[in-house]
This record gives sequence, structure tokens and C-alpha cells, in this order.
Amino acid sequence: MGRGSAVKKQLGLQGLRVAPSQVYGNFRLVPVLRDMVRGDLRMTQRKYKDDLAVVSLGGEPMAPGLKYASYIPHGLVMSWDKQQVEAAVETRLTKPDGKQLKVGPFSLRVMHRMVRREDRQQLRLLPLHLAMEGFLALHFAGPEIAWHEYSRESLSRGLSPRIEQSVPGWANAAFAQALRVFEIHEQQVGMLIYRADVLLSAFILAHPDDYRALHQPMLEDFYGELLLQYGFLEEVTPLGGSIHEQRVSSLKDLRAEVARLRQDWADFVQDVMGEGLLKTDVTATPVYEAGPFTLERFITSLEPSAENHIGEMILREEDGTIEYLKTYRLSAAQTRRAYLLKQLAAAGWNLDDAALNLRTTKAELIVRIHNAGFDHLFKPEVLEQAQRHQSRR
Amino acid sequence: MKELAVALRAEQVAREDLVMFVNACFSCTGQHEFYNDARGQAVSIEFLHEYILGNYRRLYTRTLAAGINHFNRAQIVLNLLATGRDTPAADRREEGALIAATLRALPPPRAYRVLELLRSRRINNRRSRAIIREFVAGRPDPDFDAVKYRSKLRSAVVHAHLKLGDERGPFLFHGWRKRVYTRPLLEKFRQAHYTQEALFELPFTIAEGLAYKHGIPRAVFLERIDSRLTQAERLRLQGSAARADGTELSVDLSRVPLTRLALYALSLSPQARQERRAELHGALVQTTARTLGRAPLTLGRVAAVLDNSYSSSGSHEKRRRPYGVALASHYLLSAAAREYRAFWTTPVEDPLLNKPRGQTDLATPLLDALEWGPDLVVVVSDGYDNGPPNAVADLTRIFRTRLDPGRRTSIIHANPVFDSELFAPRGLGTSVPTVGVRDAEDLPTVLGFARFAEGAAPLSELEYYLAARVRVLLERDARKRGVPSPLGPEVSPQGLPEEAEPSLEEEEV
Repeated sequence: MGRGSAVKKQLGLQGLRVAPSQVYGNFRLVPVLRDMVRGDLRMTQRKYKDDLAVVSLGGEPMAPGLKYASYIPHGLVMSWDKQQVEAAVETRLTKPDGKQLKVGPFSLRVMHRMVRREDRQQLRLLPLHLAMEGFLALHFAGPEIAWHEYSRESLSRGLSPRIEQSVPGWANAAFAQALRVFEIHEQQVGMLIYRADVLLSAFILAHPDDYRALHQPMLEDFYGELLLQYGFLEEVTPLGGSIHEQRVSSLKDLRAEVARLRQDWADFVQDVMGEGLLKTDVTATPVYEAGPFTLERFITSLEPSAENHIGEMILREEDGTIEYLKTYRLSAAQTRRAYLLKQLAAAGWNLDDAALNLRTTKAELIVRIHNAGFDHLFKPEVLEQAQRHQSRR
Repeated sequence: MKELAVALRAEQVAREDLVMFVNACFSCTGQHEFYNDARGQAVSIEFLHEYILGNYRRLYTRTLAAGINHFNRAQIVLNLLATGRDTPAADRREEGALIAATLRALPPPRAYRVLELLRSRRINNRRSRAIIREFVAGRPDPDFDAVKYRSKLRSAVVHAHLKLGDERGPFLFHGWRKRVYTRPLLEKFRQAHYTQEALFELPFTIAEGLAYKHGIPRAVFLERIDSRLTQAERLRLQGSAARADGTELSVDLSRVPLTRLALYALSLSPQARQERRAELHGALVQTTARTLGRAPLTLGRVAAVLDNSYSSSGSHEKRRRPYGVALASHYLLSAAAREYRAFWTTPVEDPLLNKPRGQTDLATPLLDALEWGPDLVVVVSDGYDNGPPNAVADLTRIFRTRLDPGRRTSIIHANPVFDSELFAPRGLGTSVPTVGVRDAEDLPTVLGFARFAEGAAPLSELEYYLAARVRVLLERDARKRGVPSPLGPEVSPQGLPEEAEPSLEEEEV
């Protein structure tokens, strides 16, 4: 897995078009259409029926080393060869992928790498887990300098095990309904999912047929906890806009006005509703070079005040078109954890410097980091002293 | 002055309530729809029935004659019989006559189901018993009913304390355990419990269970029962017969009602539809001609905006019904109009070979239709417009106010889907009247009803319209039975065309 260096860029939606949203309860599903489909990149789903999957991130699958463990219901198989594209779409792939083990009543799959070349022009990737792994691996090694506040455990093992929680799509019955009643457009290749008008996830593919096949399986993917948290907010309105009556004096004008409504909506989505993902700088890291495509994963600024997403995408190298995109919205707690780690790392893991940067005291920072969910990062006596100091104030 | 305003407002409220109710009665069947579940639909329509019954009893009764669907007719009959005490003395005669006529006009399974529900809802009064007695006595083939609807008839007989007087009494209560019957069909039913041969003389639904009991292979059974099948059963069994043993059941497609034929055609696989295209198309054209022969409809330059979006695929209870209604309307309007063009939401080459797919962009086909300059635009859609949302509401409003204030082009929205949250079929804004439909065959009726949905006609006209339809219904019923009309000749229905007989004869035996 050749890892390049991170670059800052904006996603945008070049070559893609946004159609009017369809609303169900407080879900707003915004279809993304592609007018020019090249057809040289296809994705198919590969189902895994295991209770748990363990992915080895380096080294051999069964050897000790760094592992990523999660429930993984399916992977995506990407093919970019003309001949192979047809085969991948027509046939059901049942090639063994990793190794299946029985652990009591459960089945466990041990897989080799997040992204794995299976054939000359075929790649298997684990959607969103790739991005999530990148997120979990942020400053995973722990303190680089053995400042005396850090516990022995964190100095020797880093942040392992680093755990985050997410919500599967099927945890929300309304989401299942929303996907069921959604009317898929002919050229649709993707969807922006909003809950209570907050962007939850974006999913874009290269080919409309692949999207149609992968529409319902979106229920199996995992989402940020806003999928549940915003469940009781009121219903969203359809947001159609209205026609300017004065501008209409013939049927032609009326047609132009309807076209304007569509365009206004598309602009509104790109500029306002999708701003936190599409119009902000993201830090993207190339993960894999696959022929004319690059697979990258990215993360937004991690500012606690902004909306934050992680995700992965496949870009066409020649013109930077997005051929695949899948994102995950970080919850506030998840953002906070990553933000604090980032601040620590920026200050060389020196707590005094970090506290200075954050305009706070060292004791408060220690309590904050502890409360954010890093239980064993500090020595118990350091933590106790900081807590005592805090409560005295 | 103030009193006048109040009276006017009351009149408007009454009119809107009634239009809403009649529209709901055209489209709702209490079944699962694409967007709403069955429970919501049932709660919603039940509320509407209670509300209208409580406030406008006479008009509620007269809705029975408006050409509404069978489900709602049955509901109205039940509700009226349950609350007979509230009927004003002046209306008793008409109400009784309407209930009796409605029961006679319903398909027998539905009518018997009403009688059964009377028992389970414990509705038992003198009038209900008289209605039951009259209905049972008026059936053309008592023995056949006793065999085919045995349990339902039995519950009705028990409930209304009927004395049947002939062999049906012992037949209903002892069945095949009695020694011998003199009536041939009852005797066959008894014999069929012991021999296989007698079973093929029985109605299909009864024979089916007995065939299983005797272990007769499905293919053999279907082949030999062929002559006993009703048209609807024949159509329904086509697929399963072919699966069982490649048995071909002969079915005369041109005798099937229009919407059902369209739904049958859509239920076939794409290959089968492709192969039988000419046959299906021919049958649809023929059926359309027959439908129009019974309920003449002549229109000028007509454009149809038809919804074939994914939501027109209906639900597991109403498979492809919205699309089927659109397809049947397509045939009906093309035959009734002098000039006709269809505009589908997703353009199709051949609507018969297509399937519901894609988003609902009503604005584009509607604009195309208006540009063509028709006299009448009929929109057949479930009213969910998402490309962009509610654009059609704006578009039609501006078209009406700025481009066509003289109403040269009239636009009517026919909606086959009842929205349980709105208590009505979902509309397309205030400028387009929305009417509910169950079958495309209702179109002539609902086009006549659309002026009330538009809000242009006053309540008195609606009352007159319903009264006239009541008269037509009762006269037709009386003529069929060869008795004088129960209402006497004081009011005559002027200018109201003879409406289509609901196509029961075809569906039934």
C-alpha cells in the first residue's frame, strides 16, 4: 500500500449534477446524476456473512501485527479493464477472500489489507472502513517524546486499542423507508443523505447500474450517530423554490423558470447544504494507484465548531473527476478526540505547549483529554492531581 | 350580513367535505400503498366515514350512487345499517332502497362479506334483517350460493333468523353429513367429499380444497375444472397453471375489464409481454371500445400526462395499480378523444412493454402537453411530484392566471392513490381539480365530478347531481328486477347520461 503524502484540496462535484431532493420524514435524499458515463470503472458488491472481520493492516493475515476489527457486511470490488468490467458485472464473484474461521457459534473472517489487488485490473476494498481506519490511525503511535505525565502503557503501546462507535443504517427504520420510497433517476450515480437537513453521508459511484444495485445495500453501511440523534427533529419541507410570476408571459418562459428552479436547487446544494463537505479544504492522502485512478482517503479540518467528515474517493487522474466517494460524518465527540490528539501532536506531545496553544491550563487540558475518552493516556497520579486542581477552582 | 357570511362559509365547508369524501371513496381501499401503510389507510378512511356520516347523513347515503369503489360502498352500507336509528323519517325509504340496490350491485363475494360483517360487528336490527332476507331471496341461483358462499350464507341466516324452507337449511347446518340431497348441486357437494368425479361439478374455490383432500395433482385438477372457472379466476390462475404443468387455460382477454386487463398485461414477464404484444394490445383496444360503448365519452383534443415513475409500482397489496390505471387511461383516452397524445414522465417507446421506473418529473411532460395546445389535459399521477417538488402546483397556477385566464385548456388530475395523512388523494396545487379513481373505467364518471372538485359548482348542484345519480341507480335496479322504481316519478334526472354499469357480470360467474 504505497502511501503518498497528504495534500489539501476541495472536493467539488465536477462532472456531476444534483437533482431535486426527495423527502421522507426528516430524511432528505439528494440524488447525484452523472451525464457522461465512461463505463470503464465498475463496482460490484461482495457480501460477507461473518459476525466479525479482522483486517491485517501490515504483514501476513495470521501473523501478529496491527489489526482492524469490525463488523463488515460487504466489500466492493472495483474493476477497470474493459473486458473485465463486463465479467465483473455479469458474474457473481465467489472467490475466497481472506480466511473464514469458526469461533464457537460465530464466524470470523481474517482479511488481508483494506485495499487488495486481486487481479491485474481488479481491486477489492472495504468501503468506509478504509476511511475509518485512517481516522483511527491518526497519531496512533502515541507520545513521541516520553514526557513524564504519560503512562507507561501509552508510551509503550500508543493509543491501542483505539475504538470508535458508529451506527448501522438499518438501526433506523425510517431510513429503510426513505430508501425504499426513493425514486432512482435514470442517470443517478450517487446520493447525498441529509437527516434534519444535516449532511450525514455522501455516496457516489461511477456507473448508474452499479448505483441501482448498491442503493438498497446502503442500509448495511455505517453512519455517524446523527442518524439516531436527530431522529426526533421535525419533518423537513420539500424545498422546491417558486416560480417568479412576473417573468412569465409564455409557455417558453414557464419552461425556463422550471429549469431555473432546478439550477437554483443544484447551486443551493453545492454552495450551502453541502458546503461543509464540498466547499471546504480536506486533507487527502493517496492510498492506492489503480491504473488511471487514484484511491484516496480524506479528512476535514477537525475544527470542533465545524462539521467534520471522513471519507474515501477514487479520482480519475487525467481530470480529477470523482468516480467514487463515500463519506462518514464524525460526531462531536469523535471530532473532539481527533482534535485533541492533533493539538497534542502539533505541540510535540508537550502538555504545557499544547495548553498554551489552546489558551487553557495544563490541568484543564489533562481533564479534557481524559473526559474525551482517552482513559489510560496519563499516569493516575497526574490525572488525580489535575482533577483535584480543577475541582478546587 | 354576518349571518349570510356564516351560511356561505358553512356551505363551502360542506361542499369541500363532501368532495373530499367522494374522492376518497373513489380511490381508497384500505390497502397498503406505495407511501402509506394499510393501517394508516384504514384509520384514515374510517375516520372520514364516521365524520361524514355524523354530519351529512343524507349525502353520505347518496354517495352510494356516485360510482365509488366496492370497498367504500360496503363500508357505507355497514355504517348506515349500524346507525339506522338516526335516519330521518323522510329519508328512510330512499336509504333502504339504496342499501338494497347497492348490495345487489356489489360482486356477490363482497355482498356476502357485508352480511358476515353485520354479524361480527353485532349489527342486528329489523331493517338489517329485512335487508338480509331480501338479498338472500333475490339471488338468482340459491343452490350455487349455498355451495360457494356456504359459511357466509350460514352466518347471515343465523344472524337474521331466516327460515330457508328448502334443502338449503339442512345443507348449511349439516353439510355433507346428511344422507342424500335431491337438489343436484347440493348432492354433488356431498358426493365430492367421497368421490373425485363429483368435485369437478362444483365451483372452483370449493373444488380446490376438496381436490387437495383427494390428492388430485394440480395440473389434472386445473385441466378438468377449466369449464367451471370464472373469468377472474381464469385470469388469476394463468401463471400458476403454466408453472404447475404448462397447462394452458383458455382466457378470452377481450371480456376482462379494462384496468384488470392492463394489470394482467403488466404482471407478465417482459419476454412474455414482448411475445404477446399484438394479442394484449388488441385485447386492450377491444375492451376499451366495449367500455366506451357502455359509457360513451367523446372528447376533443386531449393530452394525457401519465406517471410511470417508480412510485407507480404500487405496493405488495396493489401491485403496479397506479401504473395499470395510467396504462388503461392511455387506451381509454386515446379511443375517446378526437386527437390524442400521451406524455409520460419517463418517456417510453411502448407503454405496454415498460415498467415503473425513475423519478416523478411532472413539470416537463405537462409543459410539453400544454405546448401541444389541447382542450383537455388529464394528469394521471399519485400526486408526489419531485422534479422539482411542487413545481407543478406553481406552474399550473401561473398558467391559469397569466397564460390561460380564459380556460381554453382545462386540466384535470386523476389520482389512483389515497393519501392517508391528507384524508384525500394528494393534489397538484389549488388550480387543478383532483379526483380519485380506482379503475380507468371510472374516468367518464370522475370527469363529470371534476367540476365539484374544482370548487366552481355550488353545494346545491352537487346535491342535485347525487340525487339524480341515485334516481338512475334505483331505476336501473328496479328495471332489472322488473318492478316499479321505489321513489315514484316526481323528480327526473335531466341531462345526466346513463352511466356505465359497473362491470360485475364479467368479473362474476
